Amino acid sequence: MDLDYSADERAFRDDVRAWLRENLPAALRDKVARYAHLTREDLLAWHRILAAKGWIAPSWPREWGGTDWNVVQRYVFEEECGYAGAPPLIPFGLAMCAPVLLKFGTEAQKQHFLPRIYRGDDFWCQGYSEPGAGSDLASLRTSAARRGDRYVVNGQKTWTTLAHMADWIFCLVRTDPAAERKQDGISFLLIDMRTPGITVRPLVLMDGGHEVNEVFFDDVLVPVANRVHDEGKGWTVAKHLLGHERMNTARIGTSKRELEHLKAFAATQRSNGKPLTDDPRFRDKLSRLEIELMALAITNLRFLDQLRGGRAPGPEVSMLKIKGTEIQQMLTELMLEAAGPLAQGVARVDGVPLADDVIAALASRYCSTRKTTIYAGSNEIQRNIIAKHALGL
Amino acid sequence: MNFDRTEEQNLLAASIARFVLRDYTFEARRRIVASPGGCSDDVWRTLAGLGLLGLTLPEADGGVGGGALDAMSLMEAIGDALIVEPWLATVALGAQFIARGGSDLQRRRVIPAVADGTRKLAFAHAEAGARHTLAHVATRARADSDDYVIAGVKRLVPHAAVADELVVSVRTHGRDADADGISLMLVPRDAPGVTLTPLRMLDGTRAADVRFDDVRVPAAATVGAPGRALPLIEEVVDFATALICAEAVGAIGSANRDTLEYLKTRKQFGVPIGSFQALQHRMVDLVIECEQATSMASLACAAVDTERDPMARARTVSAAKVRIADACRRVSQESIQLHGGMGMSDELKVSHTFRRLTAIAQQFGGADHHLGRFAAQDARQPG
Repeated sequence: MDLDYSADERAFRDDVRAWLRENLPAALRDKVARYAHLTREDLLAWHRILAAKGWIAPSWPREWGGTDWNVVQRYVFEEECGYAGAPPLIPFGLAMCAPVLLKFGTEAQKQHFLPRIYRGDDFWCQGYSEPGAGSDLASLRTSAARRGDRYVVNGQKTWTTLAHMADWIFCLVRTDPAAERKQDGISFLLIDMRTPGITVRPLVLMDGGHEVNEVFFDDVLVPVANRVHDEGKGWTVAKHLLGHERMNTARIGTSKRELEHLKAFAATQRSNGKPLTDDPRFRDKLSRLEIELMALAITNLRFLDQLRGGRAPGPEVSMLKIKGTEIQQMLTELMLEAAGPLAQGVARVDGVPLADDVIAALASRYCSTRKTTIYAGSNEIQRNIIAKHALGL
Repeated sequence: MNFDRTEEQNLLAASIARFVLRDYTFEARRRIVASPGGCSDDVWRTLAGLGLLGLTLPEADGGVGGGALDAMSLMEAIGDALIVEPWLATVALGAQFIARGGSDLQRRRVIPAVADGTRKLAFAHAEAGARHTLAHVATRARADSDDYVIAGVKRLVPHAAVADELVVSVRTHGRDADADGISLMLVPRDAPGVTLTPLRMLDGTRAADVRFDDVRVPAAATVGAPGRALPLIEEVVDFATALICAEAVGAIGSANRDTLEYLKTRKQFGVPIGSFQALQHRMVDLVIECEQATSMASLACAAVDTERDPMARARTVSAAKVRIADACRRVSQESIQLHGGMGMSDELKVSHTFRRLTAIAQQFGGADHHLGRFAAQDARQPG
């Protein structure tokens, strides 16, 4: 047993690290470190730098721009990006729509969409959740009625992340309301966000930010050619997407960077005249968090090691999601706690930026991070998955 | 990065599994625990025959030359089958002191005899009031011409009554908790002035309070540097701590298997209780505990095998022990709760696993102790 990377893996990591040092713009890294708002331009700027290098879509097949990296290299790359403080890659095109097209798309769909996703020409969002369909996704009601070579889409999606920035949305819609099983009446459509009849309305969350939206569809016409896979097979597509490789779901690299930041920050804060890191009550929480992250880093590597033979990831992804998001939440909670009572002041009424914008961002960040245990299949859904598929309950 | 076991480790794990199936079923264990000595000479001979008594001892001295990673499958089996034999006391503690700090003469005399099963050892260290502070040694050794004369009381020495020799920590100078002034002495268990009060432990193993009334040993009985034995004690205790982390993984696995089986078979309200989501989610959390514990046990065993910096080693081992202690507590308590009243019964193995997990959580220091030690290494690191 060897818990360290091999010489080859270390060399690869060092290459990635060196390249990131040279090519990750300081302005972007600084924005990430300061928890600043990332614009569409910020996100796309980083996307295009990676695309130019040929590293934007490592897991795609070689002919579409993939890198032929193995699972460990892909993980190392993502971990290094997170550790370096690179902006997140928005997954909707690269890691969600593209794998679906590669598996189920027509040649024409692949030829049209994949290069555009690769280059960052189109910004994608995901139309899954509805007001009445959250964890019970298959009960969705947005309808698509066939009229000639087009569908007429009516209904509403919600919690649609970055819909206000998006050019395209992939949607689960109900094409057969009479289907006996609710899963059987669903199809998967690609919809141009500029199509008449689409309205995007912001949902402002408790952190004060605008990231998610409601998306309304009123008689929106979508070419049948934009359906992926057969009519009524949308649930198969959705399940493929859920099971698609998400071995970076724990976001170890990002959490390691934030833990280092937390420790350094807490050491600068004084409590009763001493560094907060000397306060045994705070220190124990900090230590337990670091230990949990140490354990998860190894757990993640153990799972990766098992996937080297080519087996598809299973319920272990759910474990990584549960633990990874719990750690992310604890990091933001302890950062807020470390900052103390002054962190409750989040903004000046006159709009002038606060002198210490990092501390001002902590409370919002704490609020925002509550979402991590809810999105992408709530942690309760993840426990259901493990109970059913790993434990046979 | 490679988490596979080597071919040798696989063969070893398979032969241990066969041994458990043949000689250490839960019923066999129950008889051994109830026997007068509380462990089995037959089993000890079998372990010797399998090469397990020299597993982590140096090849040059007649051992197998393995490290903690090589012993993981054995420790997991010890945890899984709740084996009560004095393997840890003899091979991972007593003989490790000799292997790492003993004189040539001590190594030649003791290690081959340990490896072939003819000699058992125990580590007599803990004292009243010491809690988990390794430097707390009040038992005195007074120099007298070429001898030392030992006086003091050691508490709850694991497997002392079956040991042929005791590795005893003594204070040759300084105050009770000073880091300096501690020596290790190899003392025959039947030396004049050694009195044992055998005890049954919560987890079914045996221990003894050991009283030293002016016990005379030659200066050559000293193991390691006289007066400076604390680093060696820390090193060997870290080694044994990493190993019981692996033992905990085995015991947690056993508890989880039993609990999952119970959830699938126990019916209430006309359905298996495992169909209730409230219980499913708790079971899932126990499985995640096992994964996290497994990771930390591997990390700790790798650290004691390869980490040469004592501070870095201590930091990793303490991190592992915190996580393992937390996992032991959660898994043991939840497995009883999920079994309902049946979990309380002495008849079910899970109630014995509960007791062993409770003991492991505290053995060599509980979560609070190791949280303090973990953070202290941070404070000592520059920057």
